[in-house]
This record gives sequence, C-alpha cells and structure tokens, in this order.
Amino acid sequence: MREKILSIIEKNSRIDLRELAIILGEEETDIVNEMERMEKEGVICGYHTLIDWEKTDVEKVSALIEVRVTPQRGHGFDSIAERIYKYPEVHAVYLISGGYDLLVSLEGKSLKEVSNFVSDKLSTLDTVLSTATHFILKKYKDHGTILGRKEVDERMQVTP
Amino acid sequence: MRNPLSKTIVDIKPSGIRKFFDIVSEMKDAISLGVGEPDFETPWHIRDEGIYSLERGRTFYTSNAGLIELREEISRYLKRRYDMSYDAKTEMLVTVGGSEAIDIALRAMVDPGDEVLIPQPSYVSYEPCAVLAGAKPVIIELKHENQFRLTAQELEDAITDKTKILILPFPNNPTGAIMERQDLEAIAEVILKYDLFVLSDEIYSELCYTEKHVSIVNIEGMWERTILINGFSKSHAMTGWRLGYACGPRHIIEQMYKIHQFCIMCAPTTSQYAAIDALKNGDEDVQMMREAYNQRRRYLVHAFQEMKLECFEPFGAFYIFPCIREFGMTSDEFATRFLNEEKVAVVPGTAFGDCGEGFIRISYAYSLEKLKTAMGKLEHFVGKLRAEGGNT
Repeated sequence: MREKILSIIEKNSRIDLRELAIILGEEETDIVNEMERMEKEGVICGYHTLIDWEKTDVEKVSALIEVRVTPQRGHGFDSIAERIYKYPEVHAVYLISGGYDLLVSLEGKSLKEVSNFVSDKLSTLDTVLSTATHFILKKYKDHGTILGRKEVDERMQVTP
Repeated sequence: MRNPLSKTIVDIKPSGIRKFFDIVSEMKDAISLGVGEPDFETPWHIRDEGIYSLERGRTFYTSNAGLIELREEISRYLKRRYDMSYDAKTEMLVTVGGSEAIDIALRAMVDPGDEVLIPQPSYVSYEPCAVLAGAKPVIIELKHENQFRLTAQELEDAITDKTKILILPFPNNPTGAIMERQDLEAIAEVILKYDLFVLSDEIYSELCYTEKHVSIVNIEGMWERTILINGFSKSHAMTGWRLGYACGPRHIIEQMYKIHQFCIMCAPTTSQYAAIDALKNGDEDVQMMREAYNQRRRYLVHAFQEMKLECFEPFGAFYIFPCIREFGMTSDEFATRFLNEEKVAVVPGTAFGDCGEGFIRISYAYSLEKLKTAMGKLEHFVGKLRAEGGNT
C-alpha cells in the first residue's frame, strides 16, 4: 500500500484521501494512518506545488553550480554540504560522483544576485576549491512534468 | 448498369457506433467515454525502437509470418506470462492487429454453412467476419446475472450438427467480463464433447485486475483445437501500429498463412521492430498501465454504487457496463439524451449485439480527472431521469 500511495501523491499531493482509498481499494482510515506514519518517519517530507514561474510576473533566475571541495577529516562532505544548504537561496544540494563533488541548485531574483552569492558566499568558504555556475535558460520538463504543453487527446472520440 | 455490389456485403449492417461518432465529432467540448483504445501513448522506448529501425533503413517487407526475432520473443513472452508453448517457426503468425487474425482464422476454418458461435455482447467484427467467411453466425446471448460469462449450458444449447467454431472473447469488450479457470473447464467439456474449435480473442489478457488471466489454451485438451489471438494494441498501448498475432496448431496456421501471404504480405515492418522491444523491455509499462486502469475501475465501481446504478464489477479490459433498464428507455435513447443533455458520449450496449439492450458501455481509458467530471454529469443526469420517472 505504501508504494502505491507514494506513487500517486508524488504526482498529485492534493488528492482527496477518501478518493485515494477508493482507487486503491483500501479503507480510508488505513490510508490516513499510513500517511501519518510516513510523515513521522520522514518518508513524506512535504507537499509542494510545481510552478512554471515563467508564466508569472515574478522575476526568478535559477542556476546549477558545480562545486569542488576538500572533504574534511571525520566529516567527509557532510559538514561542507550543511554549510551550503543552510543558505535559504539554496534550493537543493546533491553529492555527485564524477568530475566535481557537490551540485547546488540556486534561485535568486536576478543574475546579479546569484553571481553575488557565488562570489561572496560560496567561493569564499575555506573548503571550496572551485565553482562553475550554469544559469538555467529554459525549463522544458521538471519533476517528470513537461512544462508548457497542453495535453490533447488525439484519439477518435468513439471507437469500438 | 448492373449492380456493382456483392449481396453479402450489402446485407451486412454498418457498425452501430458510427452514428454516435458523427454526432460527437460535431459537438464542441463533449466529453467522450466512448473510446476503445488506451489513453496512454506508446511507451517512449518502444517508439524509439521504431524510429531507429527507420533510421537504419529497415523499410522492406519482412518474411510473411513476421520477423523471426519477433516471433521468438512472442513465444518466450507467452511461455513466461501464461505458460503456453508455441513454436515460433511453425505455430505462429504476426498479423495486422488482432483484427486480421480474427478474419483469416475464420476464413481458414469454415466452409459455407458451418456455424460459428459468437457470444454477445462482444466486439463488433466477429459477426461480419464470420459472414464474409461464408459461415453462419449463431449468437449466444450472455446474461447479466452470470456476469456476462459464458456457461456450459448456454454453449450446449446453441450447438447444432453444423456448429464448428466457438469464438471466445474474454476479457470482454464491452462488458469487462472475464472467464475464470472453472468457467473455462466447464465449457471445455462441451467443446470436447461436440468436437468444436475455439477462436480465443485474448487481446485484453494483460488487463485483468483480480487474478492473472487464464486462457482456454491452458485447459487440458484445448491447445490442439484453439487459435489464440493476441496483440500489442491494448497491452502496450500500440493501437495505431496495427500489430497482433495468431498462434495455434501447425496445420491450421499453415492455411491461415496462405491467406495472410496473398492478402496482406506481412505486418508493418516498423511496428514489428518496435514490438520486439515492447516484449523485451515493456513489462514495467504494462504493469504501470494495468495499475492505472485498476484505480479508475475501482473509482467507477464505487461511483455507480453511490448513484445506485446497477452494475456488476468488471474484472478485465477497460470497460464497465452499467444497466440502465430502470429508466425505461432503450440504450440508444439513453446514450442520445445523455449526449445531448450532458454532452457526454457513451456507447449503447446494442452496438455490441441485441442483448446489450438495457446497458451502456463506459470506457475508462481516460484520466481520473476526466472520469470524475463525467461521473458528476452522469449523477446529475440519472437524478434528473429519476425525478422525471417519479412525476409520471
């Protein structure tokens, strides 16, 4: 039941719990209990909304920053990752295999704000060896959803 | 000028669905629940394989029976999923959809005057195909109280000394009915007793929701007298690729092969390459789609219960077949009014045989969101009809 609930709410966190119970063929109370357990266990970490900010008047700039760091004795990458993720403008931090160590996803109001963050805050950290900033020009697909495309049913309307 | 037309073809009634198609296609913002194909696009990796085959220049005929790699994959798939044994070289034919397989199987197996048993409600092409093959179609009217399954008694009652073939359309379009092992065992006895053959159309075999599909082929003594028909349209959402297959004993497949060879040549090459990938790497897609249909199915069964609309729980395909007799109108009237007054298209049960009178087919090859909107409208419509009925 857990995996099925998750696969549905991952796509639609606003689904009515009664309806969720119906489509999964479960009791509503069982669904509610399971959701609460998953929230407590930290399996469910939040209920977010996927927004195409391009379609709003809000000015936003997103960037992905490759960061190479010196791992610290006893802490590895964890403490430096923590230093970085505490900044509210940082959206996501991932430890990455390959040519660099951390991938930082960042959001700011303008190019300048993002650049300032990188040069003032990120690069100046002792353990940071180098950064490479990639500004996002256009989002085609996010969280498994193709942005800006309207689904059209191309099927004939009545078929045997 | 002489009449250019064949009497046989002129006498065949056009599909009852046509009328609704014409009305719906002219109506703006109608919601249709009338579609008999998946709402999913073909999984990308399968499409990609089709594209790649074109890039590689694989644009020629294949062997008549279909690419041997594909037939071998089909053979492995049938073994893996349903424990059926068919030799890829001699007991299998890749066809243009399941539809071609139905047609050529009948043409290969009947002589004028032979009777073909067709349980209804069922898919629209069996009856005309039987007629075109020169056979006499004999309808078995399935019953709501049996959950539209075929019983041994119904079968035996329809048999004459001319009966040759039974068409077995389960999981069923339009009712969503399935046949479980004990149901199949019961009819298998009758089939053996009267020395009949079976044309088992299992195109919806991957869409069974309570237990795994059981085929008549798996019942003792039936492999030898069954032509199995299946394909990629419903399982892998590949309707437009037109790809199916027929499996059976060598001496029947050999004769079907001749018709296929002369009339069709071979199934579309691009589709065949794509289908190899569907069978090699598509199990997860099939599973995902089955789960999505099942969720919608549960939603509809529940919605009908809430509306107090009589309906047996369908266990297969992607259709639900509620009874509308309480409203005192024909299926056609119901569907026409529903379309005009609520702008929702459903298919009258009579499109699938006279015994579909009193029922409508609702397809759940639609997103839950769409189904919810449509059920809101159905509830409104049903409420209105009940109020009308109360007044008179």
